[in-house]
Amino acid sequence: MTVAQEPQSLQFECETGNYHTFCPISCVAWLYQKIEDSFFLVIGTKTCGYFLQNAMGVMIFAEPRYAMAELEEGDISAQLNDYEELKRLCVQIKRDRNPSVIVWIGTCTTEIIKMDLEGLAPRLEAEIGIPIVTARANGLDYAFTQGEDTVLAAMVHKCPSQAPVKEAEKEERNAISKLLNFGRKKEEVVAEESEYVDHPPLVLFGSMPDPVVTNLTLELKKQGIKVSGWLPSKRYTELPVLEEGYYVAGVNPFLSRTATTLMRRRKCKLIGAPFPIGPDGTRAWIEKICSVFGIEPKGLDEREAQIWASLEDYIQLIRGKSVFFMGDNLLEISLARFLIRCGMTCPEIGIPYMDKRYQAAELALLEKTCQEMGVPTPKIIEKPDNYNQIQRIYELKPDLVITGMAHANPLEARGINTKWSVEFTFAQIHGFTNSRDILELATRPLRRNSSLKDLGWDKLVKEEAKV
Amino acid sequence: MKLAYWMYAGPAHIGTLRIASSFKNVHAIMHAPLGDDYFNVMRSMLERERDYTPVTASIVDRNVLARGSQEKVVDNITRKDKEETPDLIVLTPTCTSSILQEDLNNFVERAQIEAKADVMLADVNHYRVNELQAGDRTLDQIVQYYIEKARRKGELPEGKTEKPSVNIIGISTLGFHNQHDCTELKRLMADLGIEVNEVIPEGASVNNLKNLPRAWFNLIPYREIGMMSARYLEEQFGTPYVDITPMGVVETARCIRKIQQILNAQGADVNYEEFIENQTLYVSQAAWFSRSIDCQNLTGKKAVVFGDNTHAAAMTKILAREMGIHVVLAGTYCKYDADWFREQVSEYCDEILISDDNGAIGDAIARIEPSAIFGTQMERHVGKRLDIPCGVIAAPIHIQNFPIGYKPFMGYEGTNQIADLVYNSFTLGMEDHLLEIFGGHDTKEVIHKGISADSDLNWNKEAQAELNKVPGFVRGKVKRNTEKFARERGFNEITLEVMYAAKEAVGA
Repeated sequence: MTVAQEPQSLQFECETGNYHTFCPISCVAWLYQKIEDSFFLVIGTKTCGYFLQNAMGVMIFAEPRYAMAELEEGDISAQLNDYEELKRLCVQIKRDRNPSVIVWIGTCTTEIIKMDLEGLAPRLEAEIGIPIVTARANGLDYAFTQGEDTVLAAMVHKCPSQAPVKEAEKEERNAISKLLNFGRKKEEVVAEESEYVDHPPLVLFGSMPDPVVTNLTLELKKQGIKVSGWLPSKRYTELPVLEEGYYVAGVNPFLSRTATTLMRRRKCKLIGAPFPIGPDGTRAWIEKICSVFGIEPKGLDEREAQIWASLEDYIQLIRGKSVFFMGDNLLEISLARFLIRCGMTCPEIGIPYMDKRYQAAELALLEKTCQEMGVPTPKIIEKPDNYNQIQRIYELKPDLVITGMAHANPLEARGINTKWSVEFTFAQIHGFTNSRDILELATRPLRRNSSLKDLGWDKLVKEEAKV
Repeated sequence: MKLAYWMYAGPAHIGTLRIASSFKNVHAIMHAPLGDDYFNVMRSMLERERDYTPVTASIVDRNVLARGSQEKVVDNITRKDKEETPDLIVLTPTCTSSILQEDLNNFVERAQIEAKADVMLADVNHYRVNELQAGDRTLDQIVQYYIEKARRKGELPEGKTEKPSVNIIGISTLGFHNQHDCTELKRLMADLGIEVNEVIPEGASVNNLKNLPRAWFNLIPYREIGMMSARYLEEQFGTPYVDITPMGVVETARCIRKIQQILNAQGADVNYEEFIENQTLYVSQAAWFSRSIDCQNLTGKKAVVFGDNTHAAAMTKILAREMGIHVVLAGTYCKYDADWFREQVSEYCDEILISDDNGAIGDAIARIEPSAIFGTQMERHVGKRLDIPCGVIAAPIHIQNFPIGYKPFMGYEGTNQIADLVYNSFTLGMEDHLLEIFGGHDTKEVIHKGISADSDLNWNKEAQAELNKVPGFVRGKVKRNTEKFARERGFNEITLEVMYAAKEAVGA
């Protein structure tokens, strides 16, 4: 199967779009945690609320900073005034939680009844004195992680357009720490500044857990690159400055709207790079950023080699095996590229939506990786059809299927190893350091099933007699 | 608009899907946007289903919004008909399709021309009914459809079964302990010498629904799902029904006596008194438990009960009547059926709370400070925060409420399970006294160093901050692994770099 073939270019297909994925409103679950002073208000129906409640499981009970504005029959038939209703709820939120920003998440229902959230927001914002960001993260247009894309694209408009005279305010706030560091502070700052090469400001976009932010920032610092800001930042009040001509780079493959908005509306320059997923991706990402700034990357060879060496025990488990992506979170291209580099083959990559421009560098790296590893290039299926995919899975018998929870248990019961794809969205998978975590996830079903393999229990459903 | 953080009963389509996918070989097609098929995840996760959930979506996207579904829904129905050859396809509207106001009935009619399967539109209004009401309605709709169909074709069987028999109506997928209850009820019927004619909807085939009239009576174990069907069958065929939930010793006896009365009225000559007495006194342990000194210690303890109608009402009666526990407040989120609940529990509790606002229940619990709560997963979390134990007795539920072991809530084994649940939820009797005498558990002060994990290594500020960001449940492991790594390499201070190096090397 892995006989070297003529290099082929990637094939793209599009199916029916009958596939399972999470509703994009799920992005509130990680974004409210990331942006600590935010409050997310999902304007939708019981269906939306039920999804969030069940999908987010235990997090619901931790006093989340998100809620439903549940639409009732009177809202649908316009007997109630949208503005007054939203005002009532937002005033209540302001009173109870006092957030720095309220993010309205528009849903399918607000789309269909054409509730003008973008129009209402500025009026209400002025009236209640809290910024309101409007994102249309609905299932009519988007899948799962694209929800984050719509929110970040909306936040781009709220980023300050020039560096404020921050110094004074900052010193004020840090008065105590300044006292403690008396006399030392200034030298430190100077010393720190000199560690960086002189390059135009770089802002990264994509919501990452704080440890990954620190990690990637440090990784770039080693090359003398300074990260001027990150969209989103820990707090809404700390959104990065975006001036015309700033450079921006994405860390996740599903952020194409955000990238477009940054380029078109804020006149930033997008660095199109593969995404820092896996040691190969991380290296390519850093190299591309370096090359844009005319920096010769240092020590990346050794760094990458060292990471690969540390992954060897996991790679042994998957080398020569095949992986099938059913597709639901848009991380598929990057993950497939990394797993192919690990020695796997990949007959099919399902993906909800494929932005060939935003992912151009990642696609090129995928193609190159396939050539270098001597494996056929995967078929990329946009808007897949889960039913057809399952028929193909039965035919191809892949060693691992990366899929949503709706299909995972039924496939396992039929003797097919699966990994739940949503875990890749919530686990820390970016940068050199987290490469191991990706493989930890990808090999888990193989490790588990190899420890059970002598029991003879791999097929746990009776063959269905089809009429 | 309503500000809501949590809901007790799901949206209407969930009820329809629960009924449809409980039947064998019935496929539901949701007219819904991408992502609304979350039901499949719940069924696959919570029920640990081995089979694909027979629910697909006919996706509503931008194009549908602009031009209408046109052929899409019809195509999806006929396609599923060919792929899966189901007996019945239920087209399920969602909140989205109810405002699109497409003529779904017309799609059903058109699809029916081509499809071999029966095709039906679930008749539920998203904005008027919730999950439970929709489930009740859909079950009724399917029952009526197949009774009418059989009647038209002259296939409706005549007369009753030879021996006394029963239909158990309302067992469904994702229902709270429904599978176990079903087994227990079948066992109880066998003990009573009653044949089980049909169990619906769980595991039933729609082709067998025409046999429903053959049963001598219908048993409706749950107040929420099955009542409409029972009333329909009574009206059409005069089949009497028993709607006493056999949960708890007293109610189980009452249920059995009612069955006895119904059967005898139809000419059977049964007397279950001896069976009831034998079960109550010697087989089920619950009656003996109430009498034992353990249960004495529960006398007068305060409890709060909240859940759906069936479980909250039954639990309230059990606690008050069978265990001598003081139920301060009993509540339900089934607002649409509140009168029934009031009537059931009013003599067994001080207060009644009818609400679907979790904040109101949380506040009530905080105010009452009961010794134990019996509620849903939401109340369990309220209990955690207030440090009050909670036994889960009703949906909404999590995966731990779908136990693999046999845990019915109904029948005589159910009474045993409930006794355990109640007993384990209260602080145990003697322990309680000892705590009072000695002023609480003495576990705070460190006596030996066995379970301490402090170390000599110095974590610098950034590394310590980073460590603190690691989720609590793995932090200890990360800390130990990092320190082990540092020690092996002779670092005496742990910096961010050391942390990352450790992670890369050993996966700390």
